[in-house]
Amino acid sequence: MTMKVLVPVKRVVDYNVKVRVAADGSGVETQGVKMSMNPFDEIAVEEAVRLREKGAAKEVVAVTIGAQAAQDVLRTAMAMGADRAILVRTDDTLEPRAVANVLKAIATREEAGLICMGKQAIDDDMNATGQILAAKLGWPQGTFASAVTVADGRVEVAREIDGGTEVVSLMLPAVITADLRLNEPRYASLPNIMKARKKPLETIEIDSLGVDTASRLTVVSVAEPSERKEGVKVNSAAELVEKLKTEAKVI
Amino acid sequence: MTALVLVEVENGAVRQASRSAVAAASRFGDVDAIVFGEGAEAAAALPRVTRVLSVPGLVNDLAEPAADLLATRAKDYSHIVAAASATGKNILPRLAGLLDVQPIPDVVEIKDADTFVRPIYAGNALATVRSSDSIKVLTIRGSNFDPVAAEGGSAAVETVEAPVSEKSVFVKVELSASDRPELESARVVISGGKGMKDAANFKLLEPIADKLHAAIGASRAAVDSGFAPNEMQVGQTGKIVAPELYIAVGLSGAIQHLAGMKDSRVIVAINADPEAPIFKVADYGIVGDLFEVLPELEKAL
Repeated sequence: MTMKVLVPVKRVVDYNVKVRVAADGSGVETQGVKMSMNPFDEIAVEEAVRLREKGAAKEVVAVTIGAQAAQDVLRTAMAMGADRAILVRTDDTLEPRAVANVLKAIATREEAGLICMGKQAIDDDMNATGQILAAKLGWPQGTFASAVTVADGRVEVAREIDGGTEVVSLMLPAVITADLRLNEPRYASLPNIMKARKKPLETIEIDSLGVDTASRLTVVSVAEPSERKEGVKVNSAAELVEKLKTEAKVI
Repeated sequence: MTALVLVEVENGAVRQASRSAVAAASRFGDVDAIVFGEGAEAAAALPRVTRVLSVPGLVNDLAEPAADLLATRAKDYSHIVAAASATGKNILPRLAGLLDVQPIPDVVEIKDADTFVRPIYAGNALATVRSSDSIKVLTIRGSNFDPVAAEGGSAAVETVEAPVSEKSVFVKVELSASDRPELESARVVISGGKGMKDAANFKLLEPIADKLHAAIGASRAAVDSGFAPNEMQVGQTGKIVAPELYIAVGLSGAIQHLAGMKDSRVIVAINADPEAPIFKVADYGIVGDLFEVLPELEKAL
């Protein structure tokens, strides 16, 4: 198997951090906040590495788009087993449409046979980049994947849908977006973290790709959601039922 | 302006989330509906729908032919709308890719024809965004828009041929059998967390769910621990629900879970840990061992 798997990863505010809206309403505070690889992308890296370990793929290439600091998620991907990495350098924040344009250029340059990525990033919660990218490449898509099998120039993807699971068979090349149950990502061991430092990391200036990275959405404001008020404690199930009937009038 | 709504029909009935999407889309002007597979009559009966495009040949909601077909029809519309369901989230961003527009997912409020509010960071912030695209591609969070009724309309139905899908093939679908209401449309939801301790204990929720005609949900921690299937997951990475009554059992209230249920009208929490964050959003809380409280609750109902 000579297939190359491209794994786009994103550096986001760590999932354990409770974000705060910036005082000027322009976004959320990211200064001095712990950043990590998007959790769904970790699952995608793990799946790609497993495909290589099973012999279904030859090489795993991680790619991210961002400032110099975004290198750390590429090192994490390589510590998990990616063979090399590409940083597409920009100081701008890109929308999924623009990200898809960049990734299309990279996928074409790398002649990727499969793109495996997280179903959504936990910062903008768009759940769109994989689908847009698949459309732009003219490739089929297996979104919200819970199982992936590669054989005979096709990939079979079990997908999480409302009320169950659906299985589709896609002609390669294809785009897969990872859902939670696809796998449990491995922890990067210390020796592998050391090894990852020596793996190749290429930096490409975004302008050199010559793709459209303009934004189509303007952020008018970012606000805190309205807080719920803490309610009361009741002492028994009987008291609870009484209150639900007479006070909340909900049962 | 006319909006096109992707309407999902299940067992002959339009899904509630799609009826919410029709309600939301009617804010923009006239509404056309498109139905993949059987069920055009159910969509034609929806109030505010003037025309239904029926695509009986496209039975399995495959994203590739569905997006291709939508793209050929897009120029007639100012907005293309779907529920933020698994189907909507699969097909609409792909359509946006074909049209080279930026989709706007999970809309919770419509400010005007170009300006929308959507949650980011698991609902810990709300972003108001203005789109400069000529065709807006949106998915709508059903729990934030009152659905149109299931009947009362009489739209014309036009049958459309399905494009052929070569690169993707449907293999099979496995639906979990359940007599319970759908999580997203249930009036009452009772969810279990990691405190349920194992899958067998989830059965303790059933008699209560039966009495309240409730759907049963689970936290991500419970799903990850194998106590419940993923389709039961409520939260940022699962279903977003906003029932009249939400009962959280043995569930700490992680940020990502709260993002999926905090718009419920009344929230009840049952947890042994008085410091659990779920109590911060609960209208009524019981601090106690769920294995003692649940049987008492069943008796009291």
